[in-house]
Amino acid sequence: MPTPRTYVMVPVDADTVVAGAREIKNALSAEIGRSGMADEIQVIETGSFGPINAGVIVAVQPDGVVYGNVTAEAVPEIVEEHLLKGRPLTNLILEGETPVPVPESADARHTQFQGRIVLDNCGRIDPERVEEYIANDGYFALGKALTEMTADGVIEEVKSAGLRGRGGAGFPTGLKWSFCAPEQADQKYVICNADEGEPGTFKDRLIMEGDPHKVIEGMALCGYAIGATKGFVYIRGEYKLSIERIEKAIVAARVYGFLGTDIFGSGFDFDIEIKLGAGAYVCGEETALIESMEGKRGQPRLKPPFPAQSGYLGKPTNVNNVETLANVPAIIRNGGAWFKNFGPSGTPGTKVYTILGHINRPGLIEVPACVTLREIITEYGGGMKSGDFKMAQLGGTAGDILGAEMLDVPLDYDNMQKAGHVLGSGAILIMNETVSVADFLHACMKFFLHESCGKCNPCRNGLNYLVEVSDRLKQNGAYEGDVELMAEVATTLKGAAFCPLGQSPAQPILSATRYFKAELEEAIDPESVRPKFEHTSVELAELTE
Amino acid sequence: MTIAEIVKERGCGRENLIQILHDIQDATPDNSLHEDDLDELASLMNIPVADVVSTASFYTLFSLTPRGRHIIRLCESPPCYIMGEENILAAIREELGVGVGETTEDGTFTLETTSCLGACGVAPVMMIDDVVYGNLTEEKVTAILRGLAAQQEVA
Repeated sequence: MPTPRTYVMVPVDADTVVAGAREIKNALSAEIGRSGMADEIQVIETGSFGPINAGVIVAVQPDGVVYGNVTAEAVPEIVEEHLLKGRPLTNLILEGETPVPVPESADARHTQFQGRIVLDNCGRIDPERVEEYIANDGYFALGKALTEMTADGVIEEVKSAGLRGRGGAGFPTGLKWSFCAPEQADQKYVICNADEGEPGTFKDRLIMEGDPHKVIEGMALCGYAIGATKGFVYIRGEYKLSIERIEKAIVAARVYGFLGTDIFGSGFDFDIEIKLGAGAYVCGEETALIESMEGKRGQPRLKPPFPAQSGYLGKPTNVNNVETLANVPAIIRNGGAWFKNFGPSGTPGTKVYTILGHINRPGLIEVPACVTLREIITEYGGGMKSGDFKMAQLGGTAGDILGAEMLDVPLDYDNMQKAGHVLGSGAILIMNETVSVADFLHACMKFFLHESCGKCNPCRNGLNYLVEVSDRLKQNGAYEGDVELMAEVATTLKGAAFCPLGQSPAQPILSATRYFKAELEEAIDPESVRPKFEHTSVELAELTE
Repeated sequence: MTIAEIVKERGCGRENLIQILHDIQDATPDNSLHEDDLDELASLMNIPVADVVSTASFYTLFSLTPRGRHIIRLCESPPCYIMGEENILAAIREELGVGVGETTEDGTFTLETTSCLGACGVAPVMMIDDVVYGNLTEEKVTAILRGLAAQQEVA
């Protein structure tokens, strides 16, 4: 087949599938065939390259045109007008979007796509064809590590890159690997944490759907570094397309010998299996995830021992987030020093964010980990959709609520820590003045109450109080002192709860009471009086006995 | 497939329990796990039945009570909430005449709420069986439910 003159790329991910992306892709192929251009134009199924909530998206390359909300009726027109006659349909073009540039149209490069490390292939290659990943330096890092580097060398490279865990906690990845590596055991495990459940976060889903081989290569590199021969991807049961694509990628990697025995003739064996979650937010915590993998209730374990010493089935285990692992191949390929060119010194590399809420262009972005909230809203989010900026929640429901004061603080681990905040998992929810703080807090607390695993008392009972108090604030029937009470309970949870799930309700509450205390206090109803606590007559009798 | 066959295929180690529960539930017409099935599973896997039930009851994707043919999972996480999830819930309740956790009398739908489905870009979102529906409005959700109910009648 001759080299096609034009590529028509259709991102197929969980969002666009809903809008009928697969049908449109087939219709385009059929229509192009009917017009006799099947040899010149290739239709490719890719993952998402960023824009969401724009129906079926079709990118035409090297023309650099992105169509949004494409319907079946528009297909013949696109083929006839654009592909045949070369006249793009201006009415369908998605404003402000540029497709990921192919080499031929490097001048079309948009700031959005400069310096992508994790998402560089997303929207550019067919995630179901390993050959396309290989053609984009795929599995080069694995080959390099296995043939030229020692296991310690791989860990040193990741350490020197300064990569920090992208699941939310920001723990240095190389250091985590170095805990597990020296452990002596007949079996060690690598687990990829794909139990993405933080509300507002779906970066891991789009990485798995858009470039699944990168995750697999990252896992194999981790396996080599720590001496593990077996890996698991723990995926939420709800992520149907991610499961499908990772499954296919594992099979393809086995065929090419990137998984299996004696990989690259190095004597290193590694294979991967998928484990399904069954709907529990707490399983994102690594020890709860391990419990769940062992077929138990997903309740967190007491640490120590840490998973690096005793994890899955009691064996040394290393757990990393999808995005963390997806950073590793590029680090091994280009070196730690290269990675440090991106982002600030304390948080090298890029960060993948999902931006949503009241902005014009919700979507997936990958930026150096030092941009500010204002830049994210104006440059990447296309500005506010309606109203003025009121607050943003950073890092999902377990994240801080920031007021307008924080618009210009760079979003990196160190700067956020200095300001008393956490960076979290990468979700940024932008809200305008129509959202009431109390109302929003109530929704957050209901979420935590639903997801509390019930293991420890502070979380199990404390969240009931928090739901109750935030409900009074929401209904404008709060008692005097309720705002302080809410903060006090949240502080107790932060100090006393067993795991991060129980500790994190404090993040939205304490940050909201910091920036929006006045608004919350408006909900206090001077008429309503807190009921006095009184013992029942039976209790009194018992007490006086 | 019988339960014994599923256990044989997946292996009887405890670490396979969740996958096996998925398999059993998927093969059960009313989308739930039955007590006698769990008893049988416990003895096949040599795990106390209390452990099996405790695991099954922990996860939201499993149900110990019979459910309808279609399971509606409406996301009630904050990103969907601020985009009007409450109105969608009200519309579904009115259309079906059931509350959260209940099944319609004809056994077609069970209404559940769920935490984040990871489709926040098209909030508010619901999932019916394996299909995600986004950008929901009251009219849209009613149309989707009527469409599915009509399909049911034809089948």
